[in-house]
Amino acid sequence: MSRENLVLKVKPEWCKGCGICVHFCPKNVLELDEDNKIVIARPDDCIKCGLCELRCPDFAIYLEGDENEDEK
Amino acid sequence: MNKYVKKYLRNDKLAHMWCPGCGHGIIMHQIIKAIDNLGLDKDNICVVSGIGCSSRAPGYMDFDTLHTTHGRALAFATGIKLANPDMKVIVVSGDGDASAIGGNHLIHACRRNIDITTIVFNNTIYGMTGGQFSPTTATNDLASTAPYGSIDRPFDIAKLAAAAGASYSARSTVYHANNLEKLIEEALQVKGFSLVEAMSMCPTSYGRRNKKGTVSDMLEDYKETYININAFNKLPLEKREGKIEMGVFKNETYPEYTAEYQKIIDRLKGDK
Ligand SMILES: Cc1ncc(C[n+]2csc(CCOP(=O)(O)OP(=O)(O)O)c2C)c(N)n1
Ligand code: SF4
Ligand code: SF4
Ligand code: SF4
Ligand SMILES: [Mg+2]
Repeated sequence: MSRENLVLKVKPEWCKGCGICVHFCPKNVLELDEDNKIVIARPDDCIKCGLCELRCPDFAIYLEGDENEDEK
Repeated sequence: MNKYVKKYLRNDKLAHMWCPGCGHGIIMHQIIKAIDNLGLDKDNICVVSGIGCSSRAPGYMDFDTLHTTHGRALAFATGIKLANPDMKVIVVSGDGDASAIGGNHLIHACRRNIDITTIVFNNTIYGMTGGQFSPTTATNDLASTAPYGSIDRPFDIAKLAAAAGASYSARSTVYHANNLEKLIEEALQVKGFSLVEAMSMCPTSYGRRNKKGTVSDMLEDYKETYININAFNKLPLEKREGKIEMGVFKNETYPEYTAEYQKIIDRLKGDK
């Protein structure tokens, strides 16, 4: 499956505001809001590299693809 | 939801209890990815832990799981493996759990070369109990039990396992998470004792006291400090200062404990 079809998603209720994804995002896409929760501030800049998902300790940001739709 | 989370974690138990920026969640993520890559039968995996923040991981993992006593995960795992030789048995342990109170179990599990994969979550501190030094705390680091700096010399767990007779031993860090996933995947395929030491940050009980900055700073430190063992060995001695090797330290085949045990059973049955 190609990267363009992946959708960047967040689960703010699991986010603990550690800032790892913000720091390591190569395109400066992400920010923490005033409650220290993750927000996708500049979605158009995202290159879907997956580095945010890779090192998020809390599974609170991830790329989702169509392949997941039929999984339980 | 992240597809690995959906498939391999107990979603009703999340969010997990680890502190913001604790590296342990990154390691748990790589373990379930490695399991998925190999297509292992989820119902034939048992994950065993001792006590510590790291040892809380199996509580979130949707396999057969066992949360035992401090340092004793390998003893329980040995029993599980001998009773179920075809089961994939994975031990999750902290640096304190694996190399302090459980150090003796570790070296003898290596020596026996029993087919268990152990992932050591090494944050070089007793995280759960508030930052006492562990056998992997670096000399001069501060700990609640070393307010003026530790004078102990640290264990190198990956090399310890290799010297004690394990078939496979490797080290990576949560910064190098893709590499960590690959090493865990490799370790899970070894027939014998395999150990992966995963360097993990504990901002709460280690980072703060040692003024290591933010968790992102701690990850940047891993990037700077850890280099592949082959590259390390090519460095002139004076350039090795401050660097630590990562990668595969050992990958050899030895007789495996449960297989040797089965041979005895077969032989005695044949004698009758
Ligand atoms: C027999 C026994 N001794 C001591 C303790 C207290 N204790 C709980 S966790 C722990 C150390 C945990 O450190 P580590 O294994 O490195 O795990 P971490 O919390 O750093 O992930 C200790 C000493 C205990 N629970 N049981
Ligand atoms: S996928 Fe890559 S570019 Fe997109 S937000 Fe995550 S780290 Fe940034
Ligand atoms: S890495 Fe995860 S927990 Fe940390 S700020 Fe980003 S989304 Fe939140
Ligand atoms: S105390 Fe340290 S090891 Fe324990 S959850 Fe917090 S950061 Fe992680
Ligand atoms: Mg520890």
